[in-house]
Amino acid sequence: MSDIAVIDYGMGNLHSVSTRLRQAAPDLEIVVTSNPAVVEAAARVVFPGQGAMPDCMRELEAHGLREAVLEAAYTKPFLGICIGLQMLFANSEEGSVGCLDILAGRVRRFAGAMTTANGERVKVPHMGWNRVRQVAPHPLWEGVADHAHFYFVHSYYVETTDLSMIAGSSDYPQPFTCAVARNNIFAVQFHPEKSGADGLQVLSNFVQWQPMSWLERPRTLAVS
Amino acid sequence: MLAKRIIPCLDVNAGRVVKGIKFVGLRDAGDPVEVAARYNKQGADEITFLDITASSDDRDLILHIVEAVATQVFIPLTVGGGVRKVEDVRRLLNAGADKISINTAAVQTPQLIADASSHYGSQCIVVAVDAKRVEGPGPTRWEVYTHGGRRATGLDALEWGRHAQELGAGEILLTSMDRDGTRVGFDLELTRAFSDALSIPVIASGGVGSLEHLVDGIVQGHADAVLAASIFHYGEFTIGQAKQLMAARGIEMRV
Repeated sequence: MSDIAVIDYGMGNLHSVSTRLRQAAPDLEIVVTSNPAVVEAAARVVFPGQGAMPDCMRELEAHGLREAVLEAAYTKPFLGICIGLQMLFANSEEGSVGCLDILAGRVRRFAGAMTTANGERVKVPHMGWNRVRQVAPHPLWEGVADHAHFYFVHSYYVETTDLSMIAGSSDYPQPFTCAVARNNIFAVQFHPEKSGADGLQVLSNFVQWQPMSWLERPRTLAVS
Repeated sequence: MLAKRIIPCLDVNAGRVVKGIKFVGLRDAGDPVEVAARYNKQGADEITFLDITASSDDRDLILHIVEAVATQVFIPLTVGGGVRKVEDVRRLLNAGADKISINTAAVQTPQLIADASSHYGSQCIVVAVDAKRVEGPGPTRWEVYTHGGRRATGLDALEWGRHAQELGAGEILLTSMDRDGTRVGFDLELTRAFSDALSIPVIASGGVGSLEHLVDGIVQGHADAVLAASIFHYGEFTIGQAKQLMAARGIEMRV
């Protein structure tokens, strides 16, 4: 049994995530895995991701990881990153696919042809360093200044009607949710593994985090 | 609001950082891992590596360099040079690159942009455009060059930029062939033409000789990011100094 499983569903670069977690927790055993049994046995789970949503959902199914991810989201300290945040919601405009439907809300594309207050064209993807407002206090924000810069690279963002789960937001140019917190789940749109010292702080906070409560799994989704 | 980015560019030849003017007279600028670590410390927002290795024997060196840098530097890394197939994209991403820059192969096989971006996401596919002014009457236009600026393609640069965007490019690295290595500043007309016409971010490159040029690239060129090499390589300016000046001019920066 490992301390932390980083879920690998074949969608690219987990090098930085795993390296950075090892720096955050040099004494813990961290495995990058596509094996559902290894995910189930881990104490904590990191669910990163990049790439296109339809491919991500397909690869997750192909690796037999869907149930292991669901189980982890209801029973372990769980950190989602980028697509790993988006996949927790009900559905995505990207390829119009259904996602894991753990959290209430959907994934939308940034509107094209937006302009800022001073007339600059707003580019999609949203790519680069943006400030993160800590909308609600959370153990994973410990030691991170409010409005600190984090690295983003994405064309889609999550939209939830349940404001109580919003832990962080950014402006592009309108405010959008960039961090959500619900019980044992914390998930971010930015890349802590690419966000220098503040990103490392978030990962360090995650490896020590003891959630106070656990997300309840809906009965209809429960498996025997 | 999203900060504008400063991206130091490291041309890598046979495992060393080099800098030349239009690929002539390459001058050694150090060990890539050390140079990248120094720029990271100075506050670089990203780092770009361009593999200009001529010999195919040395091709795999860039993978080892990316791996070594990715264990020490935790800001985004873009790698380009010699990327020909989706398999090359995969290997570089697995080595720790965050974005892959494609130039010649994208012109030869535009489908490569679509294939790579549909699988890995357009956020990690950068199309590098080397553009040269076309002399003559009529409105200003630029032509695309490939093979490290040695081969004219006949393609109109702005049309190619639009096409690359449609195919799924997530960003354009735009280099002015006329200005590269001259230190007289970006081709601002070219930069603005791309930045205003495209919905994806544009990185301005080629010609930076002073910190004011970086300001110009953002304010007048409307670029989303500015790339420079020689002004940083030999200790003339630090990235911190560049950011301070740009922030003082009212540009949103991560400082």
